[in-house]
Amino acid sequence: MINFRYIRTTALKTALGLINKEKQSTFIAGGTNLVDLMKKGVTTPEKLIDISNLPLKEIQLNNNVLQIGALTSNSAVAENAVVKAKFPLLTMAINAGASAQLRNMATVGGNMMQRTRCPYFYDITMPCNKRQPNSGCAAIGGFNRMHAIFGTSETCIAVHPSDMCVGLAALDAKVRIAGAKGERTINFTDFHRLPGDTPEKDNHLQKGELILGIEIPSNNFNKNFHYLKIRDRSSYAFALVSVAAALDIKGGIITEVRLAMGGVAHKPWRLIQAESFLKGKAATKANFEQAAKMEMNTAKSFGENDFKLKMVPNAIIEALTLAKDKA
Amino acid sequence: MSEIENEPHGDTRREFLKKSSLFTALSLTPLAVLKAAENKVDERFAEMFEKIPLNLKVNNKPYQLSVEPRVTLLDLLREQLHLTGTKKGCDHGQCGACTVHVDGQRVNACLSLAVTNEGKNITTIEGLASGEELHPMQAAFIKHDGFQCGYCTPGQIMSAVACIREGHANSKDEIREYMSGNICRCGAYPNIVDAIQEVKEKGEKR
Repeated sequence: MINFRYIRTTALKTALGLINKEKQSTFIAGGTNLVDLMKKGVTTPEKLIDISNLPLKEIQLNNNVLQIGALTSNSAVAENAVVKAKFPLLTMAINAGASAQLRNMATVGGNMMQRTRCPYFYDITMPCNKRQPNSGCAAIGGFNRMHAIFGTSETCIAVHPSDMCVGLAALDAKVRIAGAKGERTINFTDFHRLPGDTPEKDNHLQKGELILGIEIPSNNFNKNFHYLKIRDRSSYAFALVSVAAALDIKGGIITEVRLAMGGVAHKPWRLIQAESFLKGKAATKANFEQAAKMEMNTAKSFGENDFKLKMVPNAIIEALTLAKDKA
Repeated sequence: MSEIENEPHGDTRREFLKKSSLFTALSLTPLAVLKAAENKVDERFAEMFEKIPLNLKVNNKPYQLSVEPRVTLLDLLREQLHLTGTKKGCDHGQCGACTVHVDGQRVNACLSLAVTNEGKNITTIEGLASGEELHPMQAAFIKHDGFQCGYCTPGQIMSAVACIREGHANSKDEIREYMSGNICRCGAYPNIVDAIQEVKEKGEKR
């Protein structure tokens, strides 16, 4: 690993001051992705600003909004009593990702900031527009079994690897962000971005900004929910396709529904069309099938990931069915 | 207490003076002596400009160390403290061979920078037994033949102890899921699960 300078602080103001002062610096919290990227030479910061001791580790339910500090560990969120009781889809999504060790280390903010696991992004001898703009995309026409089918561009077909983020996208979360000019709050679904012609940017966080935390409004999705993850082994593998499904069913009719997917796009992929189709309809297999089908209009595969065109609608139907049938 | 702790050595005036006086000393030294001292001088340069202080406990023993920021907790344990029980498998957080406990929680030591563990208490496989008496999990791994080559075993055992402590060892399926971060290429999985289940059922806590 190329050496770097290191500094730590317990104060938000100092952290923001430092990141704005030093152009080649980067924040480190859990480090589970960043340290790996630095070992591989994919990322070579000159200075790390350790924010793991900043006071952003609270989980609180205030006025029907769940607030989660950005430095809360993934396992602390998944195991939290309020999260388990009121937002169990989030617990299920988090526990579908990584391993127990990594979930103890990884933070909420860090999980959001993790980079794609596209093998060409990790291999510094290969072209990759995300790692090195304008160098080309080796995944298009290469090994692209894990890659995106929605929202791709000619420059990048990588996917965002998080499970937690798929759950947060489904649950209408918001992201609180601090910067030199103060605070701002954006929708979680607007945090990550599609590659377009600037795939080097994973999200809309500006240089010098820091994620403060996540807010999730209360909902009625603690009965009929499911996080379905399809992967090459039964645990500890990235998703080929994953679906977060949440239903509020009254008398057989779907009064509210949320659907989001992982493993299919450069960002957690919210299924707005399917949601608006299902709202107010009966929770039947026929309706689930129709909802899944309409989402496939914009899908485009790249050879090795052609199977996702079939797997995605099946996964949507399966997740909705498991959510509906949850006792 | 200042908000910023442990600012590493930069090119402060004091450092510059140290550096330049060292150069002066070198330029006045006969060539043979200089050659002999070359390596040591290099090391001292590295110390001056790159290492930062680190205080932590390993198996309840306090250490006051000086490390480069790029040193992982795994390399610190193995290379500097010579605690080689913790293994380096993939070095990328994919195999779990390096699993240790940091303040009681299991982590991958290969993905943790040592300097981020300031003030923490690290428990390694060397810290599990009390004297000659094995930890119940160590004894159960032997009883159930929970290994063949043994390379993943320290990580498996550290993970297994945490798995029970976290309350995730209530069935074989749950154990498999919560032990999935520890890969065993010999395939001793069924025996590992048996060992964990027995320790869990006996209610042996430590």
